[in-house]
This record gives sequence, structure tokens and C-alpha cells, in this order.
Amino acid sequence: MTARTLFDKVWDAHAILTGPDGTTLLWIDRHLVHEGSFHAFAMLDRDGRGVRRPDLTFGVADHYVPSHPRSQQIADPEAAGLIARLAANAAKHGFDSMGMDDPRQGIVHVVGPEQGITLPGLTLVCGDSHTATHGALGALAFGIGASEVAHVLATQTLWQRRPRQMRITIDGRLGPHVSAKDLILAVIAAIGSAGAVGHAIEFAGPAVRALSMEARMTLCNMAIEAGSRTGMVAPDDTTFAWLAGRARAPAGAAFDTAVAAWRALASDPDATFDRAVRLEGSAVAPMVTWGTTLDSALPVTARLPDPDSLPDPEARARTAEQLAYMGLVAGTQLAGTRIDQVFIGSCTNGRIEDLRAAAAVLRGRRAAVPGRVVAGSVPIQRAAEAEGLDRIFTAAGLAWGEPGCSMCTGINGDYVAPGARCAATSNRNFAGRQGPGARTHLMSPAMAAAAALAGAITDVRQEASP
Amino acid sequence: MTPITVLAGPAAVVDRANVDTDQIIPARFLRKPRSAGYNNFLFHDLRTTDPDFPLGPSGNPPILLAGANFGCGSSREGAVYALADAGVHCVIAPGFGDIFVGNASKNGLLTVALPDEDVAALMAAARSGLPLNVDLPAQEVRAGNRSYRFEIDPFRKRRLAEGLDDIGLTLAHEAEIAAYEATHLAACPWAG
Ligand code: SF4
Repeated sequence: MTARTLFDKVWDAHAILTGPDGTTLLWIDRHLVHEGSFHAFAMLDRDGRGVRRPDLTFGVADHYVPSHPRSQQIADPEAAGLIARLAANAAKHGFDSMGMDDPRQGIVHVVGPEQGITLPGLTLVCGDSHTATHGALGALAFGIGASEVAHVLATQTLWQRRPRQMRITIDGRLGPHVSAKDLILAVIAAIGSAGAVGHAIEFAGPAVRALSMEARMTLCNMAIEAGSRTGMVAPDDTTFAWLAGRARAPAGAAFDTAVAAWRALASDPDATFDRAVRLEGSAVAPMVTWGTTLDSALPVTARLPDPDSLPDPEARARTAEQLAYMGLVAGTQLAGTRIDQVFIGSCTNGRIEDLRAAAAVLRGRRAAVPGRVVAGSVPIQRAAEAEGLDRIFTAAGLAWGEPGCSMCTGINGDYVAPGARCAATSNRNFAGRQGPGARTHLMSPAMAAAAALAGAITDVRQEASP
Repeated sequence: MTPITVLAGPAAVVDRANVDTDQIIPARFLRKPRSAGYNNFLFHDLRTTDPDFPLGPSGNPPILLAGANFGCGSSREGAVYALADAGVHCVIAPGFGDIFVGNASKNGLLTVALPDEDVAALMAAARSGLPLNVDLPAQEVRAGNRSYRFEIDPFRKRRLAEGLDDIGLTLAHEAEIAAYEATHLAACPWAG
């Protein structure tokens, strides 16, 4: 038998049939839906179709959930309507859905792994591009569009063309105060925003093996920001220990049987990839994006680019346009850029470790600018409160919001004002992403906390050393 | 879904790379039902800041020429609804976001990937007022006396050309799906 990658093994195990043109009909083990999936349910209704496997379909309200206390009414009737529509579709089709008052509620990509819905070796899809997050557990997980959501609802399958494969190996170890967020930003800066289009990524190497599950999820979460729909990490003891005891994970002897199967998923040593990229982990610095594309990430110690020094006229124009949108001066030092607010949360960095990292920087201190901290799920919110992290944030002057997507896209009402500059731990810095005219600098939770203290982009390594 | 064979007409030019789906349709409009007319949201924020933006809610040319990595970012199918509802039936670019391509083909929007230099030549032709001809059966874009061959997944080509319903096609394989389902869940009970 030829050597296979982790991706090959999961793909092959889910291939039902291959069409004459080479597209494969894949079985889908887990399908996650959210309020935005209403278009797909409308398509089912239009065609008079039902949900084939409601037991493999899971709903979560996240994008439109307000971050103000749940006891208050949702001010926006359209947002309230979408949340109610998800619950109505769940009731109609008979699937489990975690609405605003459910103790398991949170951001779909946080909830899936947390509840043990996501497991190694499964195929998982969701109508959301950050579905790659679940690949951190060794699942083949990718985002799909509304028509594909309708297709999976009706058939529990999906036609896909096998992508090419890319292995990104991180050698060595990450330095102090350098996190998975910095690592993925460094990877994107190295290969470009479209560097992995058409490829499934496997993250490998000692620096990845040393990461916690939370950090691996941060890494895989942003695979799409390099153009890939899928980022995966081979499951190992870290994965199994993290999964043991989760609500929907197998238990007892069934867990042991599953673990034995999951161990065999890792890429064979002589498996080949279409592309291989290597980075040295110890060389990664805390990263910050300055522009409106992800490949604008730079080490915090760097200076902003100067369009005049770029030979390529297209790159020159693009750089000048981004600097103008961001209200930045070419060639100046990135650190020291004044910010107006911070946002700590999202499916990239709303997990307990992320909140701990931010709280460690903020403990006993006062932020110079306002900000919002939003846990990725209710269980994380409760855990953070049990550790007293919420009190560290509020004592620093930051708001402690209710779990959901919040200021990542702002569609729940948590917009960044036009022209305002936000240090954010989310995953996209696109023009208008956090609201029309909003200026987003992406960074790690510790870096966002340091920015909150200084009121400016700051190297957390200096902030944190006494 | 309306079948596509040959599209002919002028082309709009958006000569910038990495046009993400947040730009094509800002997230705040995704809550609207399709009947609200997604054409009204097409490039909403770009249009309001740039009065010369080449696309609007209506009266658009059927073809759009764009820069590399068009439709990257969020998986929102609303980006495709906005283009399709505004009368754009084909986007030609040096490359696309993967999810965008899948969404497009399911809504009768043809995506044509051509090398950088071909897209640049087509942009020059379109700017000089030359109409384009996108021939799906022949897999060819023509402008003046030049033609540019493009590759397309045969399955995608057939669905676009015949305007086929995906779910119906898949359900024709029901026996194979059911057989797979039974063996898979027996082999991996945790998948059920
Ligand atoms: S947190 Fe942001 S990126 Fe993640 S699912 Fe929500 S809106 Fe999307």
C-alpha cells in the first residue's frame, strides 16, 4: 500500500463514489449550522426536501447573538428573527440546536470541539469559512456555501474535488510570549493570502506537536486566511487527553477503541505532499497586521512599508491604498501606533488559554483605551469567571461580554466606529470587516492586552518583562 | 438555474487583487432574505466611497474582469447572489477563493481562471470598448481576433451548461449512499 497522508486517510475513508470527472461524493459525519444557514433551509423548503440525518446535524446561535446580558431584549428585530428562525428550523427538522439560553452555546467552531461533536478522523462541514478550526483534532473540516449546506442537509454528502496537499512544518519551539496566532500570521506572511489556494494543509513539526489543543485550533482556524479550506494536525496524546470525557465523545471501552483507530491516522513517514514549507519556530516574533489583507502581517518590531521603495507598480498602488485606508504613515514604526479600542475573543482566540494569556498581562492594571472581552462559549465564560479572569478584565476597564462572534464581524451590533482603530484577536482585517471604515490590527491575545494597557501597538515582550 | 452557453457583451473591470467577499457584500446585509434583492448590496461600501466604481445594483455588463484571488475570505454565498442578481454571469480573474468558485457554480455564475497576462490583455480590450465572448462549450474567451482557452472542471461545466440541480443528481446515487452509510457507521461507531 502506498504511503498516505492524514488527509488521504480521512478522505479515502469517506469516499462513497468517484464520478467520471474525478469529483468524489464524500460522506459527511458532522454538519454544523448557525443563524446564517437560513438561506439553505429556505432552499430545502422551496424544493420540499427534509434533513436526511438530523442526528448528525447540530445548530448553534453565534453570529447575531448580542454580547449584552441575555436578560436584555435583542434590540435588532432582524437579528432576533434569525436566531428564532434557527430554533424553528431545528424544531421542524428535529436536530439539536444550542440557542442563546443553552449552557453549551458559543461560537460554532468553539462549541464543536468543546462538546466532542468534532472527533479525529471525521468529516465535518459548516457554512462558515473558519470551519478549518476543527482540523486541529485531526478531522477533515472545511467551510461550504449555502447551496452546499442545503446539499448536505438533504443528502449528508458533498461532491468535492480532491485538493492538492501542503505540509507546513514548524521546527524548534516558539519563544516566550509568542503564540499560535503569531505563528499562523507568520506563515501567511511567508506564503501569502492565496499561498495555499487549492491545497489542504497539514501543520506538522516539533513546534506544532508542542502546542496545546487550543493553540492548534488557533492555527487551523486561519488556514482559510492562507487560501486553504482545510488545516489539519495529526491527533496525538494531547488530542486524546483533551477529548476524554467530552459530552459527545465516546466513553469507556468505546473511547479506547476509537483512540486505537485515531492513532493510525497520522501521515505515514514516507507520505508525499505536493508542496512543503518549513519555518523555524524560534524565529517567529509577535506579529501584527497593518493593512487590509492577511499577508500584511509584520513582526511588531518592524517599520511600515514604504510604497515608494517598491519596484512593482501594482504592489506600490496596493500598499498606498491600504496605508490610506488604515490611516498610517509609510515607513513609520509599527509599535507605537495609537489604538482606540481592543477586542479579545472570536473563534480564533476566544478560548480559555487565550483569556488567561490576556489576563496575565492585564492583571492588576488599567487599560488606557476601552475594549471588549468575549469568551468563545458559555462553558469558557464560566471557567474564566471561576478563575476570576472576568474581574481582571473589568478591573482593567474592559467590558466582559456574553459569548458569541461579537466584534469579529460586528453583525450582532458590536461595530467598530468608522475610522476607529481596533487591536483585535480575530482573524480578518478586511476593509469594513468590523464595520464600515473600521481599522483592524490583528494580533494575539497577549499583544492585544499589551495594546490596551499602552493605548498603542506594543511589543508584549517588553510589556511583560519587569 | 439558468443554463449558460455563450455570454457576449461588454465587461466591467475591477483591477485589484484580493477582492474579498466582505467587499462584495458587507456582512450586515447577509441577514436579508434573497427576495430583498441582493443586487442592491453588491459592493455596497466600495460604491459609496468610490462614485466611479464600475458595478452597481443594475445595468451591469454580464462579464466582470478582476484581479487575483477574487472572492477570497468568508464563505458567504450572498457574494454570489449579489453578483448574479445584479446581472453579472461570469467573472474572469487570475485566480479565485476556493469556496467562492463552488458557490458560483451552484448559482449559474461562471468563474473563468486565466493567466495574469491574459486577464491583463482582456482588461485592456474591455477598456477600449471591445465586447467579450465567453464560450463555455468551447472553453474559450474571445476578444477581437484573439482567443484564450480556459480549463474548467467537467462536472462544473456540465452543471452550468445544463443548469442542473445538484441535490437531484446526488439522490440518483441513493443506493450507494445507503450502502456506504451502513458499513461506515459499523466500522466507526463513534461517527454516528
Ligand atoms: S468569530 Fe468571527 S470568524 Fe469566527 S465564526 Fe464568528 S464571525 Fe466567523
